[in-house]
Amino acid sequence: MNLKLRVWRQSSAKAAGSLVEYPAHDVSPDMSFLEMLDVVNEGLQERGEEPIAFDHDCREGICGSCGFVINGRAHGGQKRTTVCQLHMRHFHDGDELVLEPWRSRAFPVVRDLIVDRGAFDRIIQAGGFVSVNTGTAPDGNAIAVPKVDADLAMDAAQCIGCGACVAQCPNGAAQLFTAAKVAHLGLLPQGQPERASRVESMVAQLEEEMFGSCTNFGECEAVCP
Amino acid sequence: MALDARIPDGPIETKWERTRFDLKLVNPANKRRFTVIVVGSGLAGASAAASLAELGYDVHCFCFQDSPRRAHSIAAQGGINAAKNYQNDGDSAYRLFYDTVKGGDFRAREANVYRLAELSVRIIDQCVAQGVPFAREYGGMLANRSFGGAQVSRTFYARGQTGQQLLLGAYQALSRQIAAGKVTMFPRTEMLDLVVEDGRARGIVTRDLVTGAIGRHAAHAVVLATGGYGNVFFLSTNAKGSNATAIWRAHKRGALFGNPCFTQIHPTCIPVSGEYQSKLTLMSESLRNDGRIWVPKQKGDARKAAEIPEAERDYYLEVKYPSFGNLVPRDVASRAAKAVCDQGRGVGPGGLGVYLDFSDSIRRLGKHAIEERYGNLFEMYERITGEDPYTVPMRIYPAVHYTMGGLWVDYHLMSNVPGLFVLGEANFSDHGANRLGASALMQGLADGYFVIPYTIGDYLARHMGEKLDAESALFRNAEAEVRAEVAKLLAVRGKRSVDSIHRELGKIMWEYCGMARNATGLREALVRIPALRQEFRENVNVLGAGESLNQSLEKAGRVADFLELGELMCRDALEREESCGGHFREESQTPEGEALRDDDRFSYVAAWENLGGDQGWKLHKEPLAFEHVHLAQRSYK
Amino acid sequence: MTMKAHVDLLRSTLGRKAVMAVTGFLLFGFVLTHMAGNLKMYLGQEKFDAYAEGLREIGKPLLGHGQALWIARVVLLAAALLHIWSAWSLTMQSRRARPLRYEALKSERSTYAARTMRWGGVILLLFVFYHLAHLTFGWVHPDFVPGKVYQNVTVGLQVWWVAGFYMLANLALGFHLYHGLWSFFQTLGWTHPRFDPWRRRFAALFAIVITLGNLSFPLAVLTGVVR
Ligand SMILES: Cc1cc2nc3c(=O)[nH]c(=O)nc-3n(C[C@H](O)[C@H](O)[C@H](O)COP(=O)(O)OP(=O)(O)OC[C@H]3O[C@@H](n4cnc5c(N)ncnc54)[C@H](O)[C@@H]3O)c2cc1C
Ligand code: HEM
Ligand code: HEM
Ligand code: SF4
Ligand code: F3S
Ligand code: FES
Repeated sequence: MNLKLRVWRQSSAKAAGSLVEYPAHDVSPDMSFLEMLDVVNEGLQERGEEPIAFDHDCREGICGSCGFVINGRAHGGQKRTTVCQLHMRHFHDGDELVLEPWRSRAFPVVRDLIVDRGAFDRIIQAGGFVSVNTGTAPDGNAIAVPKVDADLAMDAAQCIGCGACVAQCPNGAAQLFTAAKVAHLGLLPQGQPERASRVESMVAQLEEEMFGSCTNFGECEAVCP
Repeated sequence: MALDARIPDGPIETKWERTRFDLKLVNPANKRRFTVIVVGSGLAGASAAASLAELGYDVHCFCFQDSPRRAHSIAAQGGINAAKNYQNDGDSAYRLFYDTVKGGDFRAREANVYRLAELSVRIIDQCVAQGVPFAREYGGMLANRSFGGAQVSRTFYARGQTGQQLLLGAYQALSRQIAAGKVTMFPRTEMLDLVVEDGRARGIVTRDLVTGAIGRHAAHAVVLATGGYGNVFFLSTNAKGSNATAIWRAHKRGALFGNPCFTQIHPTCIPVSGEYQSKLTLMSESLRNDGRIWVPKQKGDARKAAEIPEAERDYYLEVKYPSFGNLVPRDVASRAAKAVCDQGRGVGPGGLGVYLDFSDSIRRLGKHAIEERYGNLFEMYERITGEDPYTVPMRIYPAVHYTMGGLWVDYHLMSNVPGLFVLGEANFSDHGANRLGASALMQGLADGYFVIPYTIGDYLARHMGEKLDAESALFRNAEAEVRAEVAKLLAVRGKRSVDSIHRELGKIMWEYCGMARNATGLREALVRIPALRQEFRENVNVLGAGESLNQSLEKAGRVADFLELGELMCRDALEREESCGGHFREESQTPEGEALRDDDRFSYVAAWENLGGDQGWKLHKEPLAFEHVHLAQRSYK
Repeated sequence: MTMKAHVDLLRSTLGRKAVMAVTGFLLFGFVLTHMAGNLKMYLGQEKFDAYAEGLREIGKPLLGHGQALWIARVVLLAAALLHIWSAWSLTMQSRRARPLRYEALKSERSTYAARTMRWGGVILLLFVFYHLAHLTFGWVHPDFVPGKVYQNVTVGLQVWWVAGFYMLANLALGFHLYHGLWSFFQTLGWTHPRFDPWRRRFAALFAIVITLGNLSFPLAVLTGVVR
């Protein structure tokens, strides 16, 4: 199939960006979205144009590196799928696709579709941990953890830190990301001693980072991979 | 050069304890006067950086991703081994040690492996305390599963995302130290050179991947935890960014490279679907518990799987290995798949695939039971291939997965360059010629949490009060060399993209240095790789500038190193005229076609010294002695 | 609470959200009772006027005529102002959080109600202004008689477009309440998987009851059921 792409190109954080049109020819339905971009990039380089920059690493949907907005939907809007796992069979010949970076003041664009998600790291640094030094831990079975709690904690702990929640939220809020870490550690006995102070400092950092404020739209959960 | 592995004498059970007692200590007040560079923030790097900072060292940590949390360890699915014996099934440190040495086909150091097994239990404790949500039983105790053909249940897991959860635990510990100001984190920063002064590691040269700025960093010791180099093959289960650059440049500065040709090929990966393929996805090994592997008996059979009658199917593993059947070890299963595909009986596009069929299990246990066990894997398979494995058999094919080789290190995890320590998949240490499932995570964390914090002190204590100077002529020269290399890559402006050359290298490696190797093929590769390197130097096309984010430039630097490393791998494979673990030399097999070791000639670690320029390499041998695990030929009949 | 905590309550996002939720809930309490009170309209002029008068007599021995009502008015006004201020400032913060808009952001899951909170709120504000000028002060009423509440309503709502505007505003109110009430629990952290479906039902029930009740008044006047 053939597609028409309109891709956000921006050479650096300070430069102004714009949408540039590129055709994508002979796209195979078995390609992943990023493989389709790889092929487009090969073509660009042949013509002496710099390739489209996008973040990616594992290409298995787990590292959280990849991510951009396709036609107004973070990660393309397929359920529980990151762009690296999104396959071209979900698109049709002749489709026009607009590719934009996560747009959020807290995530400044670095180049093209790459943004700086350092704000997420700083939120974790503020308190998203259990203060335990190496070597001081008691036996792993010393404290029993009810299976239900362990499972619920695992649900929350699966966040890959991709930033799609912020990108899709009409308010640009980082509620889901922050709440996921608070819930993960708060559900486990190991996280109890610092429970209150953790929430306080993580929320304080959240305030610093210029995210928007949640009004419970629920978009974030819909795009969370 | 004399290789001293610094293995303490005495009984194996107390070697580590005695070593720890003999180590020199740095007094707490002096620790902050030492700067330690940790390159890598995977399980090995993050755990090391956090633990060293907790002790009080001034740590500088580097990774090329935008956040330390994204290191490739995040992708590990299956689990982590530990000799806890929670299941009361007779496990012990000694048994884990025994299994690991044997699984590695007797090409690992006994002392290192014993220490690994011994430390494994503390890793679980540490991770639980950090809040890693391991799977639990209803009674609230930690759950285990058996993995990779082990006869005991010793694998701890967090759904199918064990690596993710362990890494997030280490990342959170690291984050805490960053907040405390004890670790300075440099994300999106790539190490491009090691600075060696008077034979000792004194710092690194880096490139800021956003601005392109070249940086000089001096330290009292340098720790490399930069992961594996499976991407030499272009297609592998590794992340796209995984690379050999850090260890390779250290190698060129004098560090010996251990067993470069030892590569693990994983039998259950999703096959290649086209020329555009960018990476291969692993499907957990556990699938082989309930799936049956087969290909059509007839060559070039183009019928759909469902149309091939039972009598015309060849369940080749069950036929060839009646007692282990579909559960033979990774290397055996991989080679068997290659053999049937070479006969023209492979399935799917290009004929490079075999069926992994669940229809019998679904009939026997019901769809629901299969869904419980493998639901998320089936979902992932369907997402990638568009086929529903409940109704159509999965197609799988082996893929490069892990590199047992890496920089040579002694018992202290220090390379032959004093002050340069190497941890995790980046070193060669514990897995011999084949790694058992769920033991890489264990090794990375043992190295980072429980080995390096002690052994680095012993080195540093001998270098109290040394001044650091990143402005010295030595550092400036190293920087100039890096700049020149970057400029050279950008100046070629040839016709071929970096990826196209990388893909070509991968094909050569896979063909001649992959699942089965022989002298003729390896010699062929040793002609073709230098030629391709030449082509790269003259005809690569890297657009853009050095002073900005430039992904083609990043790739070009990495591929330049792969083009050299690939050659060394073939050299090593050619030299080792025996089959062992993941290294299968067609010349050395039993009459039944199984791997045949040659302990008299090859019971050693191959440690290669880079002679610089076009001088090639010199081989050093560290002999291996087996006092506890008895040398025996593996058999899975 | 320390002083710092007080300041943070108004400055922090979470604090302002809590203010919005609590004041929103007060406003909800008002519209609910207001609607319930207005139902007396169906009992005829005397009863309804007496009810309106009665409101002014609440707390009689202690407070003077209309005093209790004034207290309520002050509380209500303060709540409305705080509510609007917090909504406005948070909206602005969220605007700033995305300086560059998307070509077209698609919505994935959010309800129509959630997406119209702000414009719906503005419509409500405009409505309240008009409504006060209409039925409380009589400035825009063709034939306003202070104290003759029943007559003011029946005459006032006979104008078709006035009645139409009332109905439109009350539909907006319904949406605003539907999302707002559900959101109220979320904001204050009163959530639990087992309790969540009830939150939805609670929000829907009250939003529907209030909207139907309020819609019925202009309809009743227009159709002559109440005259
Ligand atoms: C798909 C998959 C599944 C696996 N499943 C399992 C399993 O179930 N159990 C198990 O035990 N093992 C498993 N493994 C193996 C295991 O995951 C790895 O061996 C292990 O995680 C490696 O950890 P590491 O810390 O050594 O390196 P990595 O996690 O690869 O980290 C490397 C770090 O080094 C940094 N880096 C690299 N080069 C540079 C440079 N030049 N400059 C700066 N920084 C650099 C990177 O940014 C990164 O932070 C699996 C591997 C794969 C690929
Ligand atoms: C200019 C006028 C108004 C604006 C801009 C406005 C805006 C908002 C916003 C943005 C919310 C928050 C939704 C959320 O957090 O999920 C909200 C909640 C609410 N509003 Fe309003 N509103 C206005 C007027 C009113 C009026 C007049 C009423 C009452 C009749 C009202 C009742 C409520 C209620 C009950 C809530 C729920 C409280 C909560 O969020 O928990 N609002 N409003
Ligand atoms: C169709 C629906 C409605 C009718 C028929 C109605 C009717 C009335 C009447 C008759 C009064 C005057 C009462 C008096 O002076 O004693 C009044 C006052 C008022 N109404 Fe409504 N109303 C309706 C809906 C609303 C709504 C939706 C709101 C708010 C969102 C609202 C807010 C007010 C306020 C603030 C007053 C002034 C109260 C005061 O005296 O302090 N009304 N309404
Ligand atoms: S909460 Fe979901 S969408 Fe947000 S960062 Fe985590 S994984 Fe991504
Ligand atoms: S979409 Fe945004 S408004 Fe809240 S519920 Fe999710 S953060
Ligand atoms: S590349 Fe890792 S999640 Fe997409």
